Amino acid sequence: MKNTNRHQGVGSAISDEMLHDHNHDGIDRRGFLKCMAWAGTGAFCVIKGGVLNSYSLSGFPFGGHEHKGELSFVQISDSHMGFDKAANPDVVGTLKAAIDKINALPVAPAFILHTGDISHLSKPGEFDTVDQLLKAASTKDIFFVPGEHDVLNDEGKQYLERYGKGTQGAGWYSFDKNGVHFVGLVNVMNLKAGGLGSLGGEQLEWLEKDVKHLSKSTPIVVFAHIPLWSVYPEWGWGTDDSAQALSYLKPFSSVTVLNGHIHQTMQKVEGNVTFHTAQSTAFPQPKPGQAPSPGPMKVPADQLRTLLGITDVNQVHGKHALAVIDSNLG
Amino acid sequence: MQRKNWILSMTVVLLTAFVIGGRVNNTFAATPSDKPASEVAVKIDNFSFSPATITVSAGTTIRWTNRDDIPHTVVSDDKTTFKSKVLDTDEQFTYTFTKPGTYSYFCSIHPKMTAKVVVQ
Repeated sequence: MKNTNRHQGVGSAISDEMLHDHNHDGIDRRGFLKCMAWAGTGAFCVIKGGVLNSYSLSGFPFGGHEHKGELSFVQISDSHMGFDKAANPDVVGTLKAAIDKINALPVAPAFILHTGDISHLSKPGEFDTVDQLLKAASTKDIFFVPGEHDVLNDEGKQYLERYGKGTQGAGWYSFDKNGVHFVGLVNVMNLKAGGLGSLGGEQLEWLEKDVKHLSKSTPIVVFAHIPLWSVYPEWGWGTDDSAQALSYLKPFSSVTVLNGHIHQTMQKVEGNVTFHTAQSTAFPQPKPGQAPSPGPMKVPADQLRTLLGITDVNQVHGKHALAVIDSNLG
Repeated sequence: MQRKNWILSMTVVLLTAFVIGGRVNNTFAATPSDKPASEVAVKIDNFSFSPATITVSAGTTIRWTNRDDIPHTVVSDDKTTFKSKVLDTDEQFTYTFTKPGTYSYFCSIHPKMTAKVVVQ
């Protein structure tokens, strides 16, 4: 399946920065979409069916534009260690390239979020390899949430043993950094026939309590594997009970939701909530509905790294919203 | 009600006849009297089970084979009747259905993948 439509779309007014400034005009415009994709040379944006896609056409550095944010961190996702099929026979190499990219960032990230599918088949050796590779990252502070590929065969027992220290339930938790409240959620457990991702009652109850005490001006970053918005339910790209989770976050002035799972970037802004999905470090997946199934997408070898990448997130001084920057490995 | 059931039965008979007539070599067409206690194949491909509904006689073993580049599982909806380990590419799972009934199942990794086995 060759992706030929990647660069179609409308060239938008180019900004160096993708910054969803919810408070710019003081109006909550529900459903309002804004695309400002970081890129050294340009950005292409496609708005389709209420979903915004942005493609960065080049990687770092960004022409000397450096961030002087208060907090900078990186999201990586879907390393699928152990995957060895034609779509990418070298997932070790591309994860290494992602780590090189992180280490080359103009501002060293405070920490890394890994939004799941660390492994391909939940094999101990696969987790070991990722852990070993991540030791080369400039920051040793790494936070994980599981993908469905990390909890195969054992209901997530191994995942919890490796990454779940200090977490609740199936591995959910929260922490604070520089005044930003981070919440890691698990939506890959106890999936039901015909359903989507699932958070479950116990986790939802915990989330409600977790954010209740926070000041409404506290920026919140929620990260989970499967998108917490309805990207494409036909392919299972959504979470059944995400609306309830988001209802607890509605009172907050800045909420950023970071997901993986779909192996491509997508953004959507809804009120004060910015949704963003990250590229995989392993293999691309087709755009919603543009292939018979969401299986790994085979592209010419010289294009592969342009479809894989990392996401850099910055809290910019004086702004409530966070700047989310995608950078491919090309 | 009786008439409605009769129409329904006839529809099922006609549809079954159509399927058997049209796809002679398909293992699906094996009738209970022909091949008791046989083995029937279900393919997992493009994130779907094929055929999505399969009718077999009691005692039939079904062999699922994963033809995708992505792992899948075969799990009954109740998660207890049958449950495969994760199946990587080309790996297989078999289960023998001894009792008549309808068994709905899914892939617990990609729960949008649903299918059923009807045992007569």
